[in-house]
Amino acid sequence: MYENPQENSCSVRTPLTTVSGKKINALYTPLDLENFDYSEELGFPGEYPFTRGIHPTMYHGRLWTMRQFSGFGTAEQTNHRYKYLLEHGTTGLSVAFHLPTLMGMDSDHPLAEGEIGKCGVAIDSLADMEILFDGIPLDKISTSMTINPPAAVLWAMYIAVAEKQGIPSEVISGTIQNDMLKEYIAQKTFIFPPEASMKLIVDTFEYGTNTIPRWNTISISGYHIREAGSTAVQELAFTLRDGIEYVDWALNRGLKIDEFAPRLSFFFNAHNDFFEEIAKFRAARRIWAHAMKERFGAKNPRSWLLRFHTQTSGVSLMAQQPYNNVIRVALQALSAVLGGTQSLHTNSLDETYALPSEKAVTIALRTQQIIAHESGVANTIDPLGGSYFVEKLTREMEDEAMDYIHKIDDMGGMVKAIELGFPQKEITDSAYWYQKAVEKKEKIIVGVNAFEKDHEPISLLEIDESVAKQQLARLEDVRKTRNSSQVLQNLSDLKKAAEDEVNLMPFILKCVKSYATLGEIIETLKDVYGEYEEPVDF
Amino acid sequence: MTGKKIRVLVAKPGLDGHDRGAKVISRALRDAGFEVIYTGLRRTPEEIVNAAVQEDVDVIGLSILSGAHNVLFPQVMSLLDQKGIHDIHVIVGGIIPEKDIPGLKKIGIAEVFLPGSSTQNIVQWIQENVSTG
Repeated sequence: MYENPQENSCSVRTPLTTVSGKKINALYTPLDLENFDYSEELGFPGEYPFTRGIHPTMYHGRLWTMRQFSGFGTAEQTNHRYKYLLEHGTTGLSVAFHLPTLMGMDSDHPLAEGEIGKCGVAIDSLADMEILFDGIPLDKISTSMTINPPAAVLWAMYIAVAEKQGIPSEVISGTIQNDMLKEYIAQKTFIFPPEASMKLIVDTFEYGTNTIPRWNTISISGYHIREAGSTAVQELAFTLRDGIEYVDWALNRGLKIDEFAPRLSFFFNAHNDFFEEIAKFRAARRIWAHAMKERFGAKNPRSWLLRFHTQTSGVSLMAQQPYNNVIRVALQALSAVLGGTQSLHTNSLDETYALPSEKAVTIALRTQQIIAHESGVANTIDPLGGSYFVEKLTREMEDEAMDYIHKIDDMGGMVKAIELGFPQKEITDSAYWYQKAVEKKEKIIVGVNAFEKDHEPISLLEIDESVAKQQLARLEDVRKTRNSSQVLQNLSDLKKAAEDEVNLMPFILKCVKSYATLGEIIETLKDVYGEYEEPVDF
Repeated sequence: MTGKKIRVLVAKPGLDGHDRGAKVISRALRDAGFEVIYTGLRRTPEEIVNAAVQEDVDVIGLSILSGAHNVLFPQVMSLLDQKGIHDIHVIVGGIIPEKDIPGLKKIGIAEVFLPGSSTQNIVQWIQENVSTG
């Protein structure tokens, strides 16, 4: 009935590949979708396997959450930025911590020199967290915190601040990233060895299920895997295999799948290749639904849902001709929306240089608002569903990701694969391949290896060293005014609990409330768990 | 060119874990025929300078994306100076605002490679500026 015309056509630019190097065709027809079964492969939105979206009404019912990742300098400065973003229509908060906090170090740690307040906000103790959320009603706003090895500690601080605002823990909602597997694989923010990290993560699952039911206790992240140089398929495969690993470890603890699985959430990258990204998001929902229902036997339909946050791709932003970044972000954000994201961060045009200025972050937020309110794309659910190309690509992404997932299963799981260096090596290879492709101009980056012109400087946000002075003064003040014997007692109870292998959340909460610092808590745990040393390779 | 290979220490000071650039450049330099030693993440200026001395390198390449370059790079340079080492070329890359470049050159950093630099430019720079004697 059909003939595939591309067999006879000559290709204009050969070979056609995505930004990930995946081969694609110039035309897709019904011949590319053999045995296509609508109800089995797609289903209606809100129906298994959720290829078309997790809600029956999608954005028609509620728009995605516009959640701008933000934090810099002191808690006062970031609190001011949050209030600015909320005034301008952001609908959820997302905290960026500075590097010492991300690494579980206090601001007076020797390695914190030069880093205080630079990449995010400095948080050493509950005193900082109280200022960070001052005047922000935590019962009305959901907050995402990008924090990994010390996630349990920052979460405890948030719970303590809410309590001080008179808000019960059943009411607060938000997310801690708390995804250590992708740290060993890609982002490299690690403290403890993998087994100890997995133990702490399962502690938060257990605690959240029992006491903070509206909290997403993990955001299983492909974002950083992609930023480290993976392909789209590798991002998809490693992220979902990480998810499977967390489920395995939680089940081994004796948790019930349908109790914790609905609180697992995901986080993906929206990169440059428009259709490849959309196919990735759609395939992710389908793979996860199959894994949860078939592999793990989850019965609660909420356990089958892959809910995800998206951030546009940081590495795709270019220092050259930085205003072009606005267009890149808009296209990436559009792919996330067409892919059915639940929340979205749009990067600012100046982020190849520094944390964003207020002006730049406003354009980034406006980009989402224009997509939501002007473009009309949010009206119709999964508008690309049924496209020969998109469905074929979704199938291929699923198949290729499943090959990786089976391979990692055969290695004995993701912790084992990480110990073997497998995902790390795959990503490094892809990153190197891409760099070479750019240098050979097989991949074009506008303004970098084509269409170059003289540089135009832009004004940037600067964090000066006065931030460090203020932060160190507050830390010193906290140490002076708290009840030190209470702190020591709480830290020693925490250490004992870690040795006894019980759930640490109640002990961490007690430490935090007595103004034990982040560094003190992490050092206590290091005494029990030791530290991870990464094998150095390139 | 015959004789001794050019030896390069690729080092990551600072707390950030963004090692994509450092690893891509390490590989490109190795493929270009240099001996490359990569320090791994979160090395202090002392550790970097000690490694450079021990490995007898011709070049130190510092990669940093955290914004701490104006604090950490001067420490590396002054440690080299204290040890009386003036024949190692120090080149740097990462997220470095252009207005910081003159200050970094002033303390003796030989070249600053900004985002978007090609690995071939870095290879070429080393070949043109470094002789192994």
